[in-house]
Amino acid sequence: MATATLHATDTHDHEHEHHELGFVQKYIFSEDHKTIAKQYLISGIIWAFFGGAMSVIFRLQLGFPNMDLTWLKPVLGQWIVEGKLEKEFYLALVTMHGTVMVFFVLTAGLSGTFSNFLIPLQIGARDMASGFINMLSYWFFFLASIIMFSSLFIETGPASGGWVIYPPLSALPQAMPGSGLGMTLWLSSMALFIVSQLMGGINYICTVINLRTRGMSFTKLPLTIWAFFFTAILGLLSFPVLLSAALLLIFDRSFGTSFYLSEIYIGGEALPNIGGSAILYQHLFWFLGHPEVYIVLLPALGITSEIIATNSRKPIFGYRAMIGSMMGITCLAFIVWAHHMFVTGMNPFLGSVFMFLTLIIAVPSAVKAFNYITTLWRGNIIFTPAMLFSIGLVSLFISGGLTGIILGNSALDINLHDTYFVVAHFHLVMGAASFFGLMAGVYHWFPKLFGKTMNKNAGYIHFWFTFVGVYCVFFPMHYIGLAGFPRRYYSFTALGNGRMEAFVDMNMFISIAAILTFLAQAIFAVNFFYSIFKGKRAPQNPWNSTTLEWTAPIEGIHGNWPGEIPAVYRWPYDYSKPGSSVDFIPQNVPYSATPESNFPEENEEIANEKEIEGLLDIQNSAYSH
Amino acid sequence: MSALHAPAVPEKLTWTGGSEPLKASYGKLMMWFFLLSDTFTFSALLVTYGMIRYSQQAYEGAVEKFYFSTTHWPIPEKVFESVPFLHGMSLPLVFVGIMTFILIFSSVTMVLAVEAGHRNDRADVEKWMLWTILGGFTFLGSQAWEWSHFIHGPELALAAKDAAGNAIEGANLVRNPYGPPAFADLFFFITGFHGTHVFSGVILNILIFFNTATGLYERRGHYEMVEKVGLYWHFVDLVWVFVFTFFYLV
Ligand SMILES: [Cu+2]
Repeated sequence: MATATLHATDTHDHEHEHHELGFVQKYIFSEDHKTIAKQYLISGIIWAFFGGAMSVIFRLQLGFPNMDLTWLKPVLGQWIVEGKLEKEFYLALVTMHGTVMVFFVLTAGLSGTFSNFLIPLQIGARDMASGFINMLSYWFFFLASIIMFSSLFIETGPASGGWVIYPPLSALPQAMPGSGLGMTLWLSSMALFIVSQLMGGINYICTVINLRTRGMSFTKLPLTIWAFFFTAILGLLSFPVLLSAALLLIFDRSFGTSFYLSEIYIGGEALPNIGGSAILYQHLFWFLGHPEVYIVLLPALGITSEIIATNSRKPIFGYRAMIGSMMGITCLAFIVWAHHMFVTGMNPFLGSVFMFLTLIIAVPSAVKAFNYITTLWRGNIIFTPAMLFSIGLVSLFISGGLTGIILGNSALDINLHDTYFVVAHFHLVMGAASFFGLMAGVYHWFPKLFGKTMNKNAGYIHFWFTFVGVYCVFFPMHYIGLAGFPRRYYSFTALGNGRMEAFVDMNMFISIAAILTFLAQAIFAVNFFYSIFKGKRAPQNPWNSTTLEWTAPIEGIHGNWPGEIPAVYRWPYDYSKPGSSVDFIPQNVPYSATPESNFPEENEEIANEKEIEGLLDIQNSAYSH
Repeated sequence: MSALHAPAVPEKLTWTGGSEPLKASYGKLMMWFFLLSDTFTFSALLVTYGMIRYSQQAYEGAVEKFYFSTTHWPIPEKVFESVPFLHGMSLPLVFVGIMTFILIFSSVTMVLAVEAGHRNDRADVEKWMLWTILGGFTFLGSQAWEWSHFIHGPELALAAKDAAGNAIEGANLVRNPYGPPAFADLFFFITGFHGTHVFSGVILNILIFFNTATGLYERRGHYEMVEKVGLYWHFVDLVWVFVFTFFYLV
């Protein structure tokens, strides 16, 4: 066994290990990555319920336009007018649902939780490179959350121009109530959010580069870490562009500039602004907006790689191809943004360039999908709830990805742009898939996060309700979109001489499915919070996994490992290795300890083990400030 | 820090983990990645400048006959031709040239401060940091003058003229007699955003100077903080070169 891990001699002198931290330092302004991860997770879950509740309210309007909503008055107050949802508030709900889900749940809640939790534990580091900046990152996010949340309660309502907040609608307070104070709060909140992302991302990148334990070369990193690494790079390079876009918009709104405004009439009156370009905003926005979908999706894909390999008891198929495809997706993510703008009057030639680049993404995506399937193929599959959610992710990723090929086509997009077809596409491939990744991650790492186990049966029920529910919600939307229903509309009564009424039943079906799916999440919430306090104590390595986090004590101590950090000798996917008597060999087991299962080239690596162990002093010196 | 005391890592183990593969502490790496990120912030703004500028009418006549009008983009030499104390003299881009020189000069003194840090020479670090801070403040002061001159308009003797031959008044975010409103909007926003960076840099420099003067880095045994802030300062200078090129030269 790994000799290095068994040394109990505590050579590193972490002075803060010897005194107890106060409550505030331990649970609130904590610099420990594990605590920060939990803070992100719980904030994300709370936001997810708000975001989901908003969607349920506007689904009521879409599925049952004649329903009497007076019973919602205690919650929504003035936003219910004569038993009907106020039209402006409908737009606000759509906007806030998008903002909350994309940024607060699937960016902060997903990547914030698992990058923070898993990077130090899986690469063998005592904590993030800078615990202080990591803490600031969370509290900036918290402040952003508070501001965004408070905008729900102001009289003119929260931002209502869609989560993309295109000017001139968002730039002119007189354009709609939601473009007033609500938009100001949205912009302030997002500016803080971007700062938070920046601090988090810089930390993730530097930690992965500098704090890998001895032996943990980049080609021995678990795919989760690769995914978080690419995610951080995407965020690092795209969020600043959104910051610039938002700052310019703030100036247009509050200081009379005309960056995005030109020749606009409101209520028959001409505005003085000339010379700006609203399309410019779209370019800047989508330079973030497209990478953002991968910021949301890549961590989920990384988590899935890990869980599928573990629970198939098989090495991941095509480890290097997985890294390569993620790298490809990361690079392509920066040069396809204009596929969101095919109908802005863009030069058709330029459109076909962006179309071509967009369709290339199908290649790395397909590589990933096939690698998941081939990993599952003839595997010794163990259907844990985490595994089910991971397989569910693969399913959603494929069915949502296929429509991406259709939408990436600049000619077809003319017809489908801003219809429910688009809504169906991105909810499957990015929304639901990433949500499934988040859920898979929570079920899989819950024993590590809280030292307890979640109820398995509740997990199964939660999965099946969610999986069937998500398809029932989003699959019919494709038809509605093909029929020409535009997204974000309050009602369809005036469209097409009543022709649209043909889809009333389908809209009703979607709404019922959405409500049931939302309610099913209560099973998760109860299971989650109950298990934190009352769950069964988890074993140290419940899934017989190979990665380093399972070698750390279950209590989650400060500094992660009581003695030396374990060294790493092998890749993270030695499951069911021929010749081995056990069906998994952890990363910290040297090849010299497993002569019965080594491949010839691995026998050669035994000679290097001394060198890897020799790096211990250098590694320790990094921690002795 | 770590890299300074640790035994050397054999080259073939550089990326094997357990050490700093780029020979840079995490703090320095973080600064590098922050600057990479900030590059994208500024790039977005300069792209904005490019897109808006080239959607506007350019002045097509002879340079001698140039007049200010809101219908064509002004020639920068005609807008920025004043220097403090030299009343009535047309000195196109001289003042901004001096500003640029001051900023680049402050980068040089920053290099010297970093170099003094490598020698653990506290007195020298203090000296060169002071010069850097002075350079930063001078730049900010000059920019304030440049701004207020642009806001208040040229003095009558220089008499910037519009098409009708009338002397024009100054610009602000809403009104700009020098050219299309976007000219003033972009000028104020981008040079202001850069100026904010310079200002933060000066604050950081003062902190560094203070910590050096109290002997904090001497006790710590290294002056890496000077290097990190130095990186930021050089970056801010580099960005200015681009801003200067875009606004004054192109
Ligand atoms: Cu896209």
